[in-house]
Amino acid sequence: MAQDDNIYYTRGMEVPETPEPGAEPDFWEKTAVVGKPSPRVDGYERLSGTAVYPADIKLPNMIYGAILRCPHPNARVKKLDAGRARQMPGVRALITGDSDEAKNLKWRYNNFTAPLLDPHCRFEGEAVAAVAADTPYQARDALAAIDVEYEVLPHLADHDRAMDENAPKVHKTGNLVGKDKYSRGDVEKGFDRADAVLERTYHTQCELHTPMELHGCVANWEGDRLTIWESSQGVYAVQSTISEVLDLPFSRVRVIGHYMGGGFGSKLQPGKYTVLAALMARQAARPVKMTLTREETYLSVGNRPASTMHLKAGVRSDGTLTALDFRCTGPSGAYPAGGTSLMDWLVRDLYQCDNVSCRSNDVYINAGPARPFRAPGHPQGSWALEQMIDELAEKTGMDPVDLRLKNIPEVSQARGGMPYTTTGLRRCILEGAEKFGWKTAVEKARQHNRSNGHVKRGAGMAACLWIAGGGGQPSTVVIRLFRDGSINLNMGASDIGTGTKTIMAQVAAEELGVRPEMIQIEHADTGTTQYATPSGGSKTVPTEAPTVRNAALEVKRRVLEMASEDLGVPAEDLDYTGAEIVSRSNKDKRIQVTEVSRLKKRGVVMGVGYRGPNPEKKTVNPFGAQFCELEVNLKTGEIRILRFVAAHDSGRVMNRLTYDNQVFGGIVMGIGFGLTEFRQLDARQTGKLCNRNWHDYKLPTALDVPADMESLPIEIDDPEANNTGAKGLGEPVTIPTAPAIANALYMATGIRFTRAPVTPIEVRRHLDLQKEV
Amino acid sequence: MRSDEKKCGSGVTRRGFMQIIGTGAVGASFAGVALAARPKPAPPEKMIPAENTVKIRLHVNGARREVLAEPRWNLLYVLREVMGLTGTKEGCSRGECGACTVLIDDIPRYACMTLAVEAEGRKITTVEGLMNGEQLGPVQSAFLEEDAYQCGYCTPGQIMSVEGLLRKNPDPGLEEIRTAVSGNLCRCGAYKNIFRAGKKAASLKTK
Repeated sequence: MAQDDNIYYTRGMEVPETPEPGAEPDFWEKTAVVGKPSPRVDGYERLSGTAVYPADIKLPNMIYGAILRCPHPNARVKKLDAGRARQMPGVRALITGDSDEAKNLKWRYNNFTAPLLDPHCRFEGEAVAAVAADTPYQARDALAAIDVEYEVLPHLADHDRAMDENAPKVHKTGNLVGKDKYSRGDVEKGFDRADAVLERTYHTQCELHTPMELHGCVANWEGDRLTIWESSQGVYAVQSTISEVLDLPFSRVRVIGHYMGGGFGSKLQPGKYTVLAALMARQAARPVKMTLTREETYLSVGNRPASTMHLKAGVRSDGTLTALDFRCTGPSGAYPAGGTSLMDWLVRDLYQCDNVSCRSNDVYINAGPARPFRAPGHPQGSWALEQMIDELAEKTGMDPVDLRLKNIPEVSQARGGMPYTTTGLRRCILEGAEKFGWKTAVEKARQHNRSNGHVKRGAGMAACLWIAGGGGQPSTVVIRLFRDGSINLNMGASDIGTGTKTIMAQVAAEELGVRPEMIQIEHADTGTTQYATPSGGSKTVPTEAPTVRNAALEVKRRVLEMASEDLGVPAEDLDYTGAEIVSRSNKDKRIQVTEVSRLKKRGVVMGVGYRGPNPEKKTVNPFGAQFCELEVNLKTGEIRILRFVAAHDSGRVMNRLTYDNQVFGGIVMGIGFGLTEFRQLDARQTGKLCNRNWHDYKLPTALDVPADMESLPIEIDDPEANNTGAKGLGEPVTIPTAPAIANALYMATGIRFTRAPVTPIEVRRHLDLQKEV
Repeated sequence: MRSDEKKCGSGVTRRGFMQIIGTGAVGASFAGVALAARPKPAPPEKMIPAENTVKIRLHVNGARREVLAEPRWNLLYVLREVMGLTGTKEGCSRGECGACTVLIDDIPRYACMTLAVEAEGRKITTVEGLMNGEQLGPVQSAFLEEDAYQCGYCTPGQIMSVEGLLRKNPDPGLEEIRTAVSGNLCRCGAYKNIFRAGKKAASLKTK
């Protein structure tokens, strides 16, 4: 529900700053290492197979956990008999809702607290019991031998029915999680002033994260100290939840998450499985490895909620937007989980419009709770808004590029007119269009479509911003310089595949003048590394990079102080070049870092960096625009994406190689959202999930995405954002993809595809409808 | 758990897998022709319960090793949990994603869809087997240079599919590379760079 970015930021917090306030380092005018296309610092580990992901851990005496899950979307456990399962070969731990270890434990779904193993299972896949055995095969055998009698209750699978009077109630209190309202100006007056008013209803389907690595962990007790290796985007988030559930001091819960195989938001938090692994590890006095099955991840570890959106828009004939009225419904799932979270943000903030009204209804259904999914709410809202803008452009006879350019806001209207530190929206649209050859592509497609062939062509575009992406406090980084000149960088953040470690090594190398290979990174371990918020919200680089820079500056300051004693020159006169310290005024006064006396004695010099606050009266946001060309086969309904151009303003490009890779990845995920991915619940009969695997739930494969994707960074200096000038990238790059495709499809077919995903069946359905008319 | 699975005689349920398997069948039908069309399985000479282990000889990355495996264990499980070769990843364990792709007699195969007993006597290559000692092999180096991965989890499988392609076709075109990795999902969406890495790998290999 929360219509803000609080899921990513902590506000109103005072933190110490390094360097001292007022001594903020200069913005890099030129960089030697940052921005260069450097291969990843952990590439060797990831490519050789030596990187240890949580599921790769094998400890002595380790056993394997598995979870029994409710097979019904709404049911009560009437009787559970685990007697036979306990006797099965290899079984060493078994937990049910009645077990002493579990019966008093609670689990929080946001602000909703329920028993850890709740006899009332409100979604298919809710945990009922757990087993650990010598092999995962034996654990699953044992699960199958647990006899459960369920009282199957009526279920609700369709969020559009949630508010119907006779709809089954997911909770006693009803099916409304919450409502949200926003307005500025007067939409009615705005529509009166419009020369054209259009309205439409849009739908997007529930999308599942399905990172390649299954959710899971290894839990091990040493006395009363618990260590968890978790596939996670944020080890400190796992630590706090597990500590809370098990009532343990934070200090006794060590969470390690060095490598992880993708999360996209679904691994910002631990799962019940983590607690169950810990409980069984204690019961069996052995380490437990708990890896969910792929099917379990489809049911129980989050999703991007479906949406029903209604948008009414008014435009003057010169292209000025006069009013936007947006209403949406989205399902949290069976527990509060942000079913409509941020869905209206683009309507509020992307284009200049004085009169805006947004209303959202977050509702319950009997399905797994949502979790943040790459740019929560934004791809949904973008699907509606960007198609509407395209339609308004047609209505006013304007080019969609020009209509957008006509309505570029200079300030964040949704934040009461707060300026952006920088906005590259105009440049993304303009320069992206130029790179793409927009006018030519449109002309060519129109010309092509005049022929009678059954393969039609279209070009489409869409723009975006992302609500967060500026990063922020808190973050702490420690850099240690050893007496041999090598460096250890210690931070709590996870590298979820975006290249965080690589970029941090580049920042430290830039500031300290050492080669990135001299830097060893320790990260994502609550036992040994510094506090960090989870890697999500496109905020990891803009949060951690300035902190790393501050830590590096602190190390530099200290080592120069030490060297000044050796050289008899004031520290302010010294330059640190990585290997050597040289006096600026007298080049003969120089000393190798390895020869600095105090460093030699102490062995190490340490610098602590803290993340300072963001600018008070400005907001930091990334912007972007994407352009797509495609072909549609009218006979089969198949769509072939020919090419994409993505122009993104994410501030400074920290590493061109990983930057482009993020951009391409965002497009690929957006293609899935727009064309292939949907969760299918058997709404009318069992309410069960029909497509709980990658065979039936289609991700884009190598054959479904174009090789012709171009990334065009719109690099705008943003010294106010933070001391590195970087803004977030990972999320904006997936926001405008699907509506750009939909707009291209309109050009190709003359049909507005308002329901995502647009599968070949959907294309053919529309074409058949056209024929009937 | 499905209701039809609740009652099972000896307290052992094996979903989707034969309860018992004949050692004779292992020798006759799996070892010789598993990759080609299978002839009618001969009736088993001897039955062993699934939870009993059998000794199998695996030929992995040039080394021969004997392991005890339950007949139902897939090659993925044996490689990772028994032999400690964790470079091969599990993504779905049902032949959908390709994260567990290994080469069996130079042909990319899903290790999750291959029983360990089926792989007996075959030449198995995993991502660890592509290393030149401590150095990355050519396909791995190409992936590094082209940044053909993000989280790195599907990557060993992608690498093995490209390696398999190049062993068959040393100079593939874009479409051949795409097709070769089309059985390997990448949720991070690094496909474009994977295509480039395929091209680069071909040139590194012929150097």
